[in-house]
Amino acid sequence: MANQSFDAIVVGSGISGGWAAKELTEKGLKVLLLERGRNIEHVTGYENALKAPWEIPHRGRIPTAMRDAHPVQRRDYILSESNHAYWADEKESPYIEKKPFDWFRGYHVGGRSLMWGRQSYRFSDLDFEANAKEGIAVDWPIRYADIAPWYDYVERFAGISGSKEGLPQLPDGQFLPPMELNVVEKDVAARIRTHFKDQRRLIIGRTANLTAPIEGRNDCKFRNKCSLGCPFGAYFSTQSSTLPAAVKTGNLTLRPFSLVTKIRYDKDAKRARGVEVLDSETGQTYEFDAKIVFLCASAFHSASILMSSATDIWPGGLGSSSGELGHNVMDHHFRISASGSVEGYEDKIIFGRRPNGFYIPRFRNIGSDKRDYTRGFGYQGNASRQGWSREIAELGVGAPLKEALTEPGPWTIGMTGFGEILPYHENRIYFDKTVRDKWGQPVLVMDCEIKDNEKKMRRDMMADGAEMLEAAGVKNVRAADTGYNFGKGIHEMGTARMGRDPKTSVLNGNNQVWEAPNVFVTDGACMTSAACVNPSLTYMALTARAASFAVEELKRRSL
Amino acid sequence: MDMNRREALLRLATLLGVTTLTPQVLTAGATHPTSSAPVFGSADLALLDEIAETIMPATDVPGAKAAQVGAFISMMLTDCYDAPVQAAVNAGVDELATTYRRRFNEAFVGGSQANRTAFLNELDAEQKRYTASKRPEQPHHYFRIVKELSVLGYFSSEIGASQALRYMEVPGRFSGAEPYKKGDRAFYN
Repeated sequence: MANQSFDAIVVGSGISGGWAAKELTEKGLKVLLLERGRNIEHVTGYENALKAPWEIPHRGRIPTAMRDAHPVQRRDYILSESNHAYWADEKESPYIEKKPFDWFRGYHVGGRSLMWGRQSYRFSDLDFEANAKEGIAVDWPIRYADIAPWYDYVERFAGISGSKEGLPQLPDGQFLPPMELNVVEKDVAARIRTHFKDQRRLIIGRTANLTAPIEGRNDCKFRNKCSLGCPFGAYFSTQSSTLPAAVKTGNLTLRPFSLVTKIRYDKDAKRARGVEVLDSETGQTYEFDAKIVFLCASAFHSASILMSSATDIWPGGLGSSSGELGHNVMDHHFRISASGSVEGYEDKIIFGRRPNGFYIPRFRNIGSDKRDYTRGFGYQGNASRQGWSREIAELGVGAPLKEALTEPGPWTIGMTGFGEILPYHENRIYFDKTVRDKWGQPVLVMDCEIKDNEKKMRRDMMADGAEMLEAAGVKNVRAADTGYNFGKGIHEMGTARMGRDPKTSVLNGNNQVWEAPNVFVTDGACMTSAACVNPSLTYMALTARAASFAVEELKRRSL
Repeated sequence: MDMNRREALLRLATLLGVTTLTPQVLTAGATHPTSSAPVFGSADLALLDEIAETIMPATDVPGAKAAQVGAFISMMLTDCYDAPVQAAVNAGVDELATTYRRRFNEAFVGGSQANRTAFLNELDAEQKRYTASKRPEQPHHYFRIVKELSVLGYFSSEIGASQALRYMEVPGRFSGAEPYKKGDRAFYN
């Protein structure tokens, strides 16, 4: 029997894969969208989304059996009774930590677009030019002007709320109305702006939550239960946004339980023929053919699929001839916080649960500011009144304690810095073929660490955060480094970077694998540098741009 | 990055006293002796209910007993705490009942509210003194755990969240400067 054939195959259904499927189907291509895990239906699949707090048995605490069964997930907030089913099981899908690495994955339709943080920021030319100016790694093959129209395009569809600020390091976009800073955040913002003479600014976060309805989706209802899946479709996910658009064309075939084991490479044509799929339910193997393949399987899985492909020609896999495949792993380093208490404002309370906080854009190494490290960091945080879990030192037990805890407590404010990690060739992933996962696939070894530049930056992240809160009149300011493992940012990037030269990069400026121009990689793997902002919006823009290019090339018959 | 992450940070880094009692979820690599055997028998539930009710009593809003916090404490200790903590709380609650009976010549269950409140206030003062001076690696005072689970169980119950506090499943709007006057109930977040 002949292989099933499509115009395009998209591997992975997260933020990038969803966009690839939408763009390619809307341009008339017959698309096979492959997802290694199960399907989760929009709305009806969100099992805990409408449960009240008292319907969650352990009320947010972690049972010991769950904790002990998840030695990786328990390292961070992601281990939760409410959306446990959305995070990949590290026992089924192990990996090896040559150096400490937290790897948090979503193996289902929608991938991490269901649980993502939704913060959406543009890179600027400060970011795109930095490698070239500083002689670090390789130059991005694109500049802001190349991607700006694609940011416009994806923002309009995804629905990004935010304020226009006119900051060159954080370009404005096509925003829905901004969410509101609360009364304390507004005053802290004003004091920071005055104290630092407008060189530092606290703004409302730019988030992929709708502040006005757009076609087929409701505006945000301020429940702050996004990570359970939104029954209102009010934040951008594959399920709420790109998948319905792709389905609507009639050109999409979605195949869950489809673990792509390799790209099938035709060495004479120097093109991919299609992919090999292991059905993760039945264990059967299938082959599918296509004119083009979009790898959007997450930075590490897109790289590992390449590493497993065409190994008869290149032992390191398709795209490995530069020696950069699987290297240059990046993330954002964080978990440096500043916090304190705020006096007053007792006649104000917060109504609604805002799924967003404030953002302090990068201010270091900009203009005349020069530090003993390169690049920079931003902060995310929020102010709120303490709730019933606060300690009231002067009260013991009984009615006075109960009455006091039914009222809101004092205001507090806290924030954490998110810093850029440079692309270091030595930071890499590679296979250990002696260890296999549940599906018999070789597991990845993580060999990544932050270095001097990041460590110096962390000193500033700590001092600057405390300094800003002090300047804003916050009391009892404390700064803390609560520890960062590589990967904890859940922003894996760089394992198949874009560049200008096939000798030093895996992908060209249109996200094509140099050795196989009909293979595109548009997820975090493609990133040449990390900037200090959340990267998903950039994956969306790069994916839409590459999809448009791919279809034009197909029309010209040059793929 | 999302609110959960920011809030996780706030929980770790700031002033929220009681949340430090969360089981040691973040301790990677450590071994934890656990037991899934029930920490308390059904005969103990009435006692746990009365302890919780003394901590979070009925006022103009029903208290911990109506919210079945005794059963919640028992379930949480069994499911969410390591064996040494389970044993310490079990022994502590036994001792609480024994000492109370010796001192007031009545059982805690059915005892006078004034006696019970005075007694638990003494225990609370004791746990606060202990907590203030203990080294990080030393265990928590059993009564701190009982108090914390009583507060958690109460305010996250339907009665606590929607009567003692104001719970809105779908707020529908956001205001960062809603007028507030002393005495108004907080929103459950």
